Amino acid sequence: MGYTPEMKELIKKVEATRPARVERVKQGIQFPKLSLEEAERRLKTYHPDYKEEGRREFKIGPNKGDGHTYPDEVVDLFEAKSRIDPDIVDLSKPDYETDVLIIGGGGAGTTASLFAQENGMKVIIATKLRHGDANTIMAEGGIQSADSTKDSPYYHYLDIIGGGHFTNKPNLVKALTLDAPLIIQWLESLGMNFDKTPDGEMRLLAGGGTCRKRMHSCGDVTGAEIMRTIRDEARNRRDDITVLEYQPAVEIILDEDGKAAGALLYNMETEEYSIVKAKAVIVTTGGCGRLHIQGFATTNHYGATMDGIVMAYRCGVPHCFLYATQYHPTGAAYPEQNVGLLITEKMRTAGAQPVNIDGEEFTFPLEPRDVESANIIRECMDVGKGIPTPVGRIGVWLDTPMIDMLRGEGTVERDFPAKFIQFKRYGIDISKEPLLVYPTLHYQNGGVEANEWGETKIPGLFVAGEVLGGIHGENRLMGNSLLDINVYGRRAGIRASEYVKQGITLKKLTLEHVRAYHKELKEAGIETDRISPMLLPDYSNPEVRAKQLTARYFGTLR
Amino acid sequence: MTTTVAKDAMRKGDKTVIAEGTRMIPIYVMGKRYLVPETLTIQKAMEYAGYQFIRSCGCRGGICGACATVYRLEGDYKLYSGLACQTVVQPNMYLVQIPFFPANKVVYDIEKLPYDVTAIQTTYPETFRCVQCNACTKVCPMDLQVMDYMAAAIRGDIEAVAEMSRSCIMCGLCTSRCPAETNQYNMAELCRRLYGRYGQKKSQQVAKRVEEIKAGKYDPMIEELQSLPLEELKKRYEEREWEPVISEGWEPKETKYL
Repeated sequence: MGYTPEMKELIKKVEATRPARVERVKQGIQFPKLSLEEAERRLKTYHPDYKEEGRREFKIGPNKGDGHTYPDEVVDLFEAKSRIDPDIVDLSKPDYETDVLIIGGGGAGTTASLFAQENGMKVIIATKLRHGDANTIMAEGGIQSADSTKDSPYYHYLDIIGGGHFTNKPNLVKALTLDAPLIIQWLESLGMNFDKTPDGEMRLLAGGGTCRKRMHSCGDVTGAEIMRTIRDEARNRRDDITVLEYQPAVEIILDEDGKAAGALLYNMETEEYSIVKAKAVIVTTGGCGRLHIQGFATTNHYGATMDGIVMAYRCGVPHCFLYATQYHPTGAAYPEQNVGLLITEKMRTAGAQPVNIDGEEFTFPLEPRDVESANIIRECMDVGKGIPTPVGRIGVWLDTPMIDMLRGEGTVERDFPAKFIQFKRYGIDISKEPLLVYPTLHYQNGGVEANEWGETKIPGLFVAGEVLGGIHGENRLMGNSLLDINVYGRRAGIRASEYVKQGITLKKLTLEHVRAYHKELKEAGIETDRISPMLLPDYSNPEVRAKQLTARYFGTLR
Repeated sequence: MTTTVAKDAMRKGDKTVIAEGTRMIPIYVMGKRYLVPETLTIQKAMEYAGYQFIRSCGCRGGICGACATVYRLEGDYKLYSGLACQTVVQPNMYLVQIPFFPANKVVYDIEKLPYDVTAIQTTYPETFRCVQCNACTKVCPMDLQVMDYMAAAIRGDIEAVAEMSRSCIMCGLCTSRCPAETNQYNMAELCRRLYGRYGQKKSQQVAKRVEEIKAGKYDPMIEELQSLPLEELKKRYEEREWEPVISEGWEPKETKYL
């Protein structure tokens, strides 16, 4: 296996220009950054968010007529019925009762559980797959925090808000930047392993759009290391933190006063529904890459299907910035088995450059992600200097062998162990041969509208992590999502505890909001048999499906 | 290179493109035969055959440990393993996925454990039953030297366990094969946390910055940015000073916001 002879021939052109490019990087010379105006023009022409086809407005709910269009794949989830008819659910006999219910067992949910527990709460985490099955575990590059002597939260704030096209909600950014060092210290105290110097100081790297080195990491398994650590800690507190796996929430339950009061869970294995009554609910369901917006491949986890935003929307909570989707500039485009696989930005911060079929640079390697993606799409679509794969995909080279040349033999294998093995399996040594990459769906950007404590407009309903919108505005920078799951997981956990401690009396539980939503669908003339939340994507084989003569698919699930 | 090829290439999503003329090969899922395209991973081949995953499927990118799979090839006595999302099918492969394997996870208080071998002795004493058979290393889909880190644990070298288990995805295959009934990956998780908590020194710079933030040093700077008109904010963004890739000895010129 490995590269085809044709591709190997093309790699020679990359090898030919490599020594000179390495020399220029050593002298601090890179392909120039685009100005703000040029970047904006580039985005409008090449970024998938700016295409008009395949998008439409919201016709119902709080975002109706908000002036934005959204990808059809997203709107489809909202123009859909609940998995369940509220009339057949008996809410008078809860199966579980708890102080705080957390929907989603990824990074944000687990952090929220730890802080709620520390504040005296009994916690239930209901999660769709296993505890820790989330985008958190797949995040590779690092977590930002402005703690170096050459850096400060001032620059962190400036980078974030510029990267988000100045659309971010300022108070959310402020909390993110000022809490960051606190979170790093907390992770240290839990025993997370960081890449450090022998005297304990962080080995920092830059990221796309960051003017200073502020990326803290653990090899290329930073997210996995965070998830393993906080999950282990949650398991150590199992007297107070109960985890229900393979049992996602499908609707949030309110009480008659309109406060959050729990959720309806669905056991995907036994197909049984159950009711959790809770004094506060924190939604931490993550992102939406598995919707495959505009047919793009994704770096996301199997369960990333936007469930939380759909459930909150049915309660009347608006979303924001969902019109902007993040395409990671460098998803793998070859070999076919690895397509969509995240190639961490840390490769570019370590010195790997994107180059075209002639081995030429065409972009500053560390533009904000949207601009970098637009530049790669332009190089392939318009300039025509992409590299075709045997099955008709296209990509540009990411010249990873530069890393060893810049930082010493063995750096790639040491600093990117997971990526190294993922390509070695297919006969590609990424310390000697470049990778083929193309933008891939990576991050939701937008989400549920909430304040800097994760509070939504519904009393007792909180959000944290990727499901919370506004922190990153229209575009997130690398290393700020591992940060935000912790910052906002902590904040939501603490604030939910305070909310419960003031003494919450729940009235009669209700799903009236779901009935009202169904009515609104009907009144808007939306006739559909779509079901949401989606829970899992549909990867069924149409040929097999045509022969499943007695099978019943409910939404995407059989 | 034509634009039509490229546009088409964008629309393929997660669907693996099966090139024309791809050979179909037999695989045996839990003993049952299916014909699948030879280029697919085990995961996609099972979906091609008609399976819908609830378990045994996670990140689909080789890092979460949900899709551990063991297999034998016809006519070969050896037992092989891999992640279903990363392993390409082979003709006459007999496979089964192990979505879960019971393992001993000990509850402990990280604040109360010592940083030496007794931490392992009191939590995972079964570690010391290891017979050095190497079955764990052979089965590890991440190619970790599991038996070697077990030996390091027995010696009390917690740092070595942490380093050698860094890429562990906690799939549980090592535990499934252990004749001494040890729980390698949970023991390694304990060691990584002990190493991070006690073995690695704390960052003084992070601690200093936390104190500065608590003292409110940066509040006025952020508030200054929040109060700027958009044009001025954009100007400051555009005029940021950039730390170079190789930055030893570099100091920023602007220091009033540090």
